[in-house]
Parts: sequence; structure tokens; C-alpha cells
Amino acid sequence: MVPIANYLVLSAMLFLIGVMGVLFRRSALIIFMSIELMLNAVNLSFVAFARVWNAADGQLFVMFIFTVAAAEAAVGLAIVIALFRQRDSVDVDEVNLMKG
Amino acid sequence: METLLFWLLAVMALTAAVSMIIQRNPVHSALFLIITLLSLAGLFLLLNAQFLAVIQVIVYAGAIMVLFLFVIMLLDIRRMEAAPSRVKWQKTLGILLGVIFFLETLLVLRSGVIRDLTPAAAAPPAPDFGTAVDLGRALFTSYLFPLQLAAVLLFVALIGAVVLSKRRW
Repeated sequence: MVPIANYLVLSAMLFLIGVMGVLFRRSALIIFMSIELMLNAVNLSFVAFARVWNAADGQLFVMFIFTVAAAEAAVGLAIVIALFRQRDSVDVDEVNLMKG
Repeated sequence: METLLFWLLAVMALTAAVSMIIQRNPVHSALFLIITLLSLAGLFLLLNAQFLAVIQVIVYAGAIMVLFLFVIMLLDIRRMEAAPSRVKWQKTLGILLGVIFFLETLLVLRSGVIRDLTPAAAAPPAPDFGTAVDLGRALFTSYLFPLQLAAVLLFVALIGAVVLSKRRW
């Protein structure tokens, strides 16, 4: 049996990679993918904890996260398409209409 | 055997995740993300979450990533991140903040809370743990209200996506 701590450290590392993707990429598409990666890192933690307590609740949370991720991807990609029509680019640096 | 599989899947997930954020071509990024998601499905199997592993492959690696690839190919992005960043020191600051965050996480993980939990994991789970029957029973009894909220959320997202990508009213 692999110690649960290993899963949690792996989850933290995947989350870190996701955070870095958000921090140093400027393409909105890559930022979305990094967010999906972070959601998945958290899912791994939830499943690991569900296994520690032998309770199904953690796995149900993961199912709800799947739902939210699907909704987020649909709306987010619609925003990306709308952005691309306006600016002809998906670079988040170009989105500065609200900047004073 | 289990340990070997864990390390194999973990290394696969991490390398694919790193490749995802350093790739120039968004299609390659999406494909690497699919590899990460598939390795995570394998890890779910190791943690006795059979149903979630299947859902991960079908919904995540299947539906959501196909949506991503579809949009990437629809947009036909030629120049991506060609101009220098407007935020100076973006990469350096990003790596620095990331490393600080990771050290914080490790500090929490090493603080002893997690080590106290590990012995319980040796107890074998119930035979139907993580099956569709087990999850479905909980989902339609104690989690009925969140389930219905999730349905509403999907409905709102459906309308929102249509409205946002509509060209003209």
C-alpha cells in the first residue's frame, strides 16, 4: 500500500504546476488548461482522503467538481471565442478595456 | 507492484503536466493534459475509485478535452505570445511565487497531520467501495440537493455558453 502522503505530495506538485501555468503563460487557452490541471490535483487529494476514511463522500465531491469543471470549460471557452472575435488574439495582456 | 504503478503514473502525470505548460503549440498542450488526466485515472484506480476513474476518462479526457481541442482548432491561432509580456519579471515572479507556495504545502504536509492519518488507510475498504452502486446510493439520498443544484448549474452554463458565443442579437 502506497502511503497516502505520497498521493498528497503528488497532488500538491500538480497543483503547483497548474499555478505556474496560470502565472507565467499569457494565452487564455493555456491558462484554462492549467485551471483544469489544478482542479484535477484537488480531485486526487479528495480521492486519497476518501480512501483514508473509507467513505464515499470524498468521491462524491469529485463528481461535483467534474460538473463544475464541465460548466467552467463551456463558459470559459465561449468567452475565449468571444474574445478572439473582438481582438483576433487570445492573449490575456490584450484584455485591458476595464483598466483605468 | 502497486508501488511501481504509483511511481510510473506519478512520473507520467508530472512530466506531461510540465510539458503542457511549456509547449508553444496549444494543440500539443491539450494532448499532454490528456496524458496527465489519464495517469490520474490510473491513480484513482489504485485508490479504489473505479467509477471515478471511468468517469475521468469518459468525461474529462473525452468530453472536456475534445471541447478544448475543438475550440483551439476553430480559432486557428497563428501568433501566440509573440509580443514581449507587458508585465515585467512575469516569469521570474511566477516561478518564485510557485516555489514559495509549494514549500508552504510541503510544510503543512510534513507537520504531522497527514502521518496520523496514514495507518487507517491500511484497513481494506468495503467490497462495494467506489462502485457506481455505492456512489449512486449516496448521491440520491444524502446528496440529493447538491445533485439538483449541479443540474441547475449545468443548465445555466449551457445558456451562458450559447449567449456568449452568439455573434449578434
